[in-house]
Amino acid sequence: MIVLLGVALVVVGFALRINPLLVVTIAGIVSALLGGLSPLHILEAFGSGFASSRSITLAFLVLPVIGLLERYGLQQRAKTLVSQAAGLTAGRLLLVYLFVRQLTAAFGLTSIGGTAQMVRPVIYPMAEGAVMRSHGRVPEPVTEAIKAHAAAADTIGVFFGEDCFVAIGSVLLITAYVDANYHLKLDALQVAIWAVPTAIAAFLIHGFRLLRLDARVAAMMADSPEQPASAQ
Amino acid sequence: MIGAEWIYWLCGGFFFIVGVQIAFDREHPKRWTNALFWCLLGASLCAGSFVAGPAGSPAALHPTIPSWLLGGAVIVTALIAGFGLTGAGTVRTTTEAEREASAARRRNLLFVPALTIPAVTVLIAIEGGRLSIGGHPLLVAGTQTLVGLGVATIAALVVGWALLRPRNPAVAFTEGRRLLESIGWAALLPQMLSTLGLLFTQAGVGTQVGVIVHHIVPEHSRVLAVIVYALGMAGFTLIMGNAFAAFPIMTAAVGWPILVQQMGAHPAPLFAIGMLAGFCGTLCTPMAANFNLVPPALLEMRDKYGQIKVQIPTAILLLAVNVCFMMIFPFA
Repeated sequence: MIVLLGVALVVVGFALRINPLLVVTIAGIVSALLGGLSPLHILEAFGSGFASSRSITLAFLVLPVIGLLERYGLQQRAKTLVSQAAGLTAGRLLLVYLFVRQLTAAFGLTSIGGTAQMVRPVIYPMAEGAVMRSHGRVPEPVTEAIKAHAAAADTIGVFFGEDCFVAIGSVLLITAYVDANYHLKLDALQVAIWAVPTAIAAFLIHGFRLLRLDARVAAMMADSPEQPASAQ
Repeated sequence: MIGAEWIYWLCGGFFFIVGVQIAFDREHPKRWTNALFWCLLGASLCAGSFVAGPAGSPAALHPTIPSWLLGGAVIVTALIAGFGLTGAGTVRTTTEAEREASAARRRNLLFVPALTIPAVTVLIAIEGGRLSIGGHPLLVAGTQTLVGLGVATIAALVVGWALLRPRNPAVAFTEGRRLLESIGWAALLPQMLSTLGLLFTQAGVGTQVGVIVHHIVPEHSRVLAVIVYALGMAGFTLIMGNAFAAFPIMTAAVGWPILVQQMGAHPAPLFAIGMLAGFCGTLCTPMAANFNLVPPALLEMRDKYGQIKVQIPTAILLLAVNVCFMMIFPFA
């Protein structure tokens, strides 16, 4: 029972807003020691754990390209493009992105979106451009809300889309675990198909919230005082 | 054969370049510790190819670097950042006005390199398996998507250089450094959390949670058993940051023995929905750093938990929907 102290450390550390990297490292070492692992074994676990999880970090490989494009005005172009499209609001734009992200992920194309390659350079500037078009200004709290919603639409879209694809990690984990432990022959396609109802529910729930985002932005506009127009 | 390892070296090389750039930046507020952080991280990414890994990895049979050494380097890297010795410097970039002017001149041409990335990635992910040289496959089986991402990045960089013609091509790495430094220590967090999950498992945390769940789970109420399974998946994912870690534990404790064996639930819908209930937990936890903490860092949000706050209402509603689905579909 005492190994659960490691879990408690994580919860307390995050709650106290101590640097998560420090919390996680200490909690890992403490739980391993409580679980009776030797110091050498712990070092080895950190080494092999790092080595086998490197694929997560590859998401940052695109940063030089994105940075180069930003230098030459990619975000500004995305804003301009949207500010010309009448009727396109931030909420509706993110709704379309949520739909595209879910649908492509459902066909296994999870690498199409992502924060580094899609949300920061294109989707978030477009959403902000849409706010700019309808309100003429984007105060700081609205920027924060738009950023948060753009990132959330990306994550929710990929989560509840990818599970409808047969050859994705989570589906394969289910079939591999169940087949190995309970001697079943679980069909991956069956597992993927049963993810569809939740995918539809996710789109309806989050899509509805995105459509209400426009009203929330309007309310935030009313709350934040108009800044004096700068002399041109 | 080209495999994922090549792409890890590419990424490690990029981090290393960032570290060296910082070492030469005299105005950087935390110059040396920051340079050390990125150089160590870059070197560790490359070194990972040469330690004993899981079966099937190229170095599994002939490890040339002991994994305790890599583990030590990783802990040092984590502690440098953990004690607040890293922080972003200021990278000289274009002004807002220069960007507006450039955007007005180059228009939609700017999207071409950005769209090259997904296009090439998907192309190689789908068709890459067919490439061969002299009858031997060009890509290591199962690594097409990662290799695709690596090749696509290089392709997009070349397209970007050709279209934008920067006076100094190395400016791409300076700009990359600007973005990477805004992510900062959060870049290492996802991998550390994955290691934490590994340590939790080896220390027996999962087994203990399983024992506790087994004590509180009702034997004969289908409704309560479904609720315990779904909420347990979400709750345990909240703690571990990963539904994959929660699945074996909750399934061994409740899903299989009680719901399938005792109550006759169909496995496919039960486990599919169970995993998705876990995903609702992922939406709410800072432990899922790569999904919930890295994006706010990359978007330079003031509130690092801003994205999680947006996701929580959707996650709660969706969890309720999943509980309902789980009461109906596996028993239909």
